[in-house]
Amino acid sequence: MKINPTLAKELKKADKEASRDGFGKGLLKLGKTNKNVVALTADLADSTRVEWFKKEFPDRFIECGVSEQNMAGVAAGLAFTGKIPFACSFSAFNPGRNWEQIRVSIAYSNANVKILGSHAGITTGEDGATHQALEDIATTRCIPNMIVIVPADSLEATKATIEAAKTNGPVYIRVSRAKVPMFTTEKTPFKIGKAQIFREGKDITIIACGIMTYQALLAAEILEKEGIDAEVINCHTIKPLDKAEIIKSVKKTKAAVTAEEHQVNGGLFGAISELLSSNNPVPIEPVAVMDTFGESGPADELMKKYGLLADDIVKAVKKVLGR
Amino acid sequence: MENKVVDLLKEKARQIRRDIVTMLAEAGSGHPAGSLGMADVFTALYFNVINHNPKKPADPNRDRLILSCGHICPAQYAAMANAGYFQKKELMTLRKINSRLQGHPHRNSIPGIENSSGPLGQGLSVAAGIAKALKMDNNKARVYCITSDGENEEGQAWESYLFAAKNKLDNITYILDRNHIQIDGPTDDVMPSLEPMKEKYEAFNLNVIEIDGNDMRQILDALEKSKTAKGNPTMIIAHTIPGKGVSFFENDYKWHGKTPDKELAEKALKELGA
Repeated sequence: MKINPTLAKELKKADKEASRDGFGKGLLKLGKTNKNVVALTADLADSTRVEWFKKEFPDRFIECGVSEQNMAGVAAGLAFTGKIPFACSFSAFNPGRNWEQIRVSIAYSNANVKILGSHAGITTGEDGATHQALEDIATTRCIPNMIVIVPADSLEATKATIEAAKTNGPVYIRVSRAKVPMFTTEKTPFKIGKAQIFREGKDITIIACGIMTYQALLAAEILEKEGIDAEVINCHTIKPLDKAEIIKSVKKTKAAVTAEEHQVNGGLFGAISELLSSNNPVPIEPVAVMDTFGESGPADELMKKYGLLADDIVKAVKKVLGR
Repeated sequence: MENKVVDLLKEKARQIRRDIVTMLAEAGSGHPAGSLGMADVFTALYFNVINHNPKKPADPNRDRLILSCGHICPAQYAAMANAGYFQKKELMTLRKINSRLQGHPHRNSIPGIENSSGPLGQGLSVAAGIAKALKMDNNKARVYCITSDGENEEGQAWESYLFAAKNKLDNITYILDRNHIQIDGPTDDVMPSLEPMKEKYEAFNLNVIEIDGNDMRQILDALEKSKTAKGNPTMIIAHTIPGKGVSFFENDYKWHGKTPDKELAEKALKELGA
C-alpha cells in the first residue's frame, strides 16, 4: 500500500521549508481575516516569522522585549479583553521560561491565548542544547485546558495556526527552524484532534508527529522492501489525542512505534503509552531523544547522531515485532 | 469629598473587616494581615471609585479590578459580597470544597473575578495586557491593579512595569500594599533592598503617589488623581498597617498567613464594633 495520495505527495518530490515559515504565513492570513488577532513576541520577531505580521499590521503587533513571563500575562489580559493573541518565542523559553504563567494566567483562566514555540527540537542545530527544546510537549500536555499541536510540515503549520484561532482556549503550537520536506498538500485536510493515516498497513503502526512523520513514511518504504507492511499515522495533535483512530489501528497491527523529536519521557511516546496501556496494551518502542541534552551541529547530522532518522524507526519496528 | 461620604466608606470598611475576620475564622486558614490592611483600599474601589455594576459583570466598559497578590482575596470577596456580586452567606464557604471562593482567586469562578492569581507577579502582567487592549479599542475604562511589597521581589513585576511604561498605559492605577511584612518575616529583613522604593518606580517611569493606605480620604484623593494621569501609569504606594483594626494582629508578621481561633476571632470582632 502506497502513501494515500490525497494526503501527501511523493516523498522525493517534496520541496523543503521550515514549519516556522508555515506559521508565519498562517498568522499573516489570520491578520487579514480576523481583526481580533494580535501578535506578541519577546525580541524574536524575525526568527519566529512574526515579522511578516508586524509589517502588515503594525498596530496589532506587540513587542514585549526579552520578557517571556510578562508576555504570557499580557497575552492573557489581551484575551480577557476580546483579542486572540499569539504569543511567540522559542519553545525553550515559551513555554520553557514562562511555564507557570502559562499554567495560571492562561490555562487555569482558560484564556484564549495561542502559544507559539519555534525552534523546537534538536534540529535547531548550531545554537546548541540551551535552545533545543526537547521537553515542551511533556510540559504543555500535562496542563489542563491546553491543546498541543505539532505540525508535520510547513503547510500543516499554516493550517494549524488558522484552526487554532478558531478554537476557544489555550493552544500550544510547536514549530521548527530547520528546512524539511513539505510533503503534505494544500488539499490535505487538517482538523485539531483528528489523526491522519498517511499510509495504511497491517503489520505495525508507526505514530509520529512533527518532522518525524516524514521520516516515518520513509521508514515505511524501507520496511515495504523487506516485506513489512507499516501503517503510518500523523499524530499532529498530541492533546486531545485521537484515541479512536489510534486504538483502531493498533487493534489491527498489534504493535506500535512512536517517533518524535522530543525527549523519550513525557512526549508522544508517553501519551501513546498512557492511552494504549489503559485501553489496548500492545508492545511499543520509542524513537526519540533518549533522556539526554543535545549539542551544536548541523540539523541533519544531529538527527543521525541522536537516532531520529528513518533507519532508526526501521530498527525500532524490527525490535518491537521481535518482542 | 464630603465628610459624610468618607464616614460612610469608613463604616463600610469596618463591615468588610468584620466579614474578613468571620470568614477566615470559619475557613481555618488564609491571610488575615494583608486582607485587613487593604480593607480600606478595597472599600474605596468598590464603593466609590470604579465604574462597575454587579448585575453586569461582563460589561465591556467596566473598570477592571485586578488583584495580583491573590492571597488577600478575602478582602476582595468581602467587598464584592457587600457590593452585591453574590450573597454574603457564601463568604462562609471560603476555602471549602465545592466553593466558588477559592483560596486564591480563579477567574470567573464568580463573575467579577477578572483574573487567576496567587503566584506573585502574574496579575501585574495581566493588568498590562488588559490596559493595552483597552487602548487598542479606544475604550476609556481603567484598570486598577492591587499589588504588594513582597510581590515586587518577583522579576516579572519589573518586566510588567517596563511594558506598561513603554506602552504609555496611563489607564492603569497600581495600588501597592506597603505593609512591611511577608511570610518569612519583615520585608526589611527578607529583602531590605526593596528600598528605595519610590525612586525605583520613578526610574521605571511611573507616576508615584505615596499615601497612608488606611486613611480613606488620602486613598480617595490618590485614586481620583490617578484617573487624570497622562502618559505614564500611576503607582500609589499605600503604607498600610497589616492586620489593621485588630490590635493584636497589627504589625505582627505571624498573622500574614495564620487565622485566629474562635475565641480570638470574637475578640477581634468586638474591636471591630460587632
